[in-house]
This record gives sequence, C-alpha cells and structure tokens, in this order.
Amino acid sequence: MGSAPQDPRELAHLRRARDLIDRDFAEPLDVPTMAARALMSPAHFSREFKTAYGETPYAYLMARRVERAMALLREGWSVTDACTSVGATSLGSFSSMFTRLTGETPSAYRARPHDAVEAMPECLARLLTRPARFG
Amino acid sequence: MTTISLLYCPITVDDVDAAIAFYRDALGLELTNDVASDGHRWVTLGSSDPNAPALVLSDPGAGRSPEDGDALHRLVAKGSGPGPYVFFTDDLDAVFERARDAGAEVLQEPMSQPWGTRDVALRDPAGNLVRINQAR
Repeated sequence: MGSAPQDPRELAHLRRARDLIDRDFAEPLDVPTMAARALMSPAHFSREFKTAYGETPYAYLMARRVERAMALLREGWSVTDACTSVGATSLGSFSSMFTRLTGETPSAYRARPHDAVEAMPECLARLLTRPARFG
Repeated sequence: MTTISLLYCPITVDDVDAAIAFYRDALGLELTNDVASDGHRWVTLGSSDPNAPALVLSDPGAGRSPEDGDALHRLVAKGSGPGPYVFFTDDLDAVFERARDAGAEVLQEPMSQPWGTRDVALRDPAGNLVRINQAR
C-alpha cells in the first residue's frame, strides 16, 4: 500500500474532497459525502486520502473543527457554544478529541492567556495554531 | 536610495492552455510572452500595472528532472504545492463572478476576514490556491 506514486488525476479528486472539508467542516459531513466528492468508494477514498495527506479524512475533519474551536475559545466563546458552532454533536467526545490534539482541555485552553497568538496577525495565527496531527 | 521588488512569479500548472483560460480570460491578466523549448512551455502574463510582478506559467517538468517534475505535479494536484498566490483588484465582485462563471473551483465566496481584508479563494485548474483581495 502506498508504494506506487498516486496518479495526479486521482490526487485532484482527493484535493476537491479536502477542499470540501475545509469549507464545510461545521456541517454534518460524513465520509461517504466526502468520498462522493472525490468520485471514490468510501473505503478506497479513506485509504487514498491517508496516503496523500498523512491522516484519515475523519482525523482531518476533526483537526479542522478543533482548530476553529480554539479560535472561538480565544475570543471568549463558551465551550458549549464553540463545540456546537464547529459542528460537533457531542460535547464529551469533542472535548476528548480537543484534549488529545492540543494537550489541554477546552476549558483550560479558554482560561489561559494567549498573548503570543494575539500579538500576531490573525491570518498567521490561523496557520500557527493549527493542531499538529502527525506526531 | 536603492529599490528592489519582485519581477516574476513562477506558477507550475499541468495544462498551460487551461491555465491561460483561467489567468487571462477569467482573471483578466494580459498574455505578454509564450515561449516553447524542448517540449516545455513558459507563458508570461502581466497585469494592468506595469510595475507589478508578472506571472510565468510553466509545466511541472520545465527546468527540472522528470522525477522532480512528477513530484511537483503531484504536490500541485493534491493542493499542497507552492502558494497561495495572492492578487488584488479594485473590483473583487466582478473578478469573482467572471472566475466562477468560467468554472473555477470556489473555496470561498467574497467575504470580509477578521483582519479586515475582503477576499475570495479559488483553485486554478491545476490545483494552485489563488486568493484575490479587494484593494483598499
């Protein structure tokens, strides 16, 4: 698996699915919907997406939601509102996911100062606070 | 005082003609040069501002080994290539509508960002990320 280089046409289909996640991450997106954008079966799509981007489509979606929730929490949103706003349906499982990706709970993240992030331009902050997902 | 600024901005595209349709016909840049050599092609596009950098479109294998060209081709196709390429225009809505009507993949419709810029995000036909800002 992953030995032969992926075909550029197939990669372009994967890109469209990834763009869909970037755009609609707050919607109730599921893997079959993403796979349909890539014109692939869900199983094939998940495998090819991971080969191309280093993580499963589901992990990529969750990271986008956590990243957005971090920004909302920095602005002072409540944990519940931030969670709902990024499309998460269960506060408990989203909090666990948030903690796993960032190393702190949403409430702890919300409560602490964010001086470094607030000092940088917001377009940079958005990139630099993106949770690391390859560790 | 010494001045220095960017003159050319190279953009790798898999299909140069499709890219011309996007950058010239949809975005409104002007084609100023089209050079072919050894099976590769370099197309220069300028803007209405003679002091602005010109784009140079070329295929992935232009100026590099076939292996490096293939690797770059895959990076651009999957949306992980160089960029974003950021433009600015005095009429964002008009440029956006032309690009959308020409079939460009729209990542973000015109919106005001929290940092004050009003912009759109598109893919060029090769997969490069293009952002266009409303000039202020």
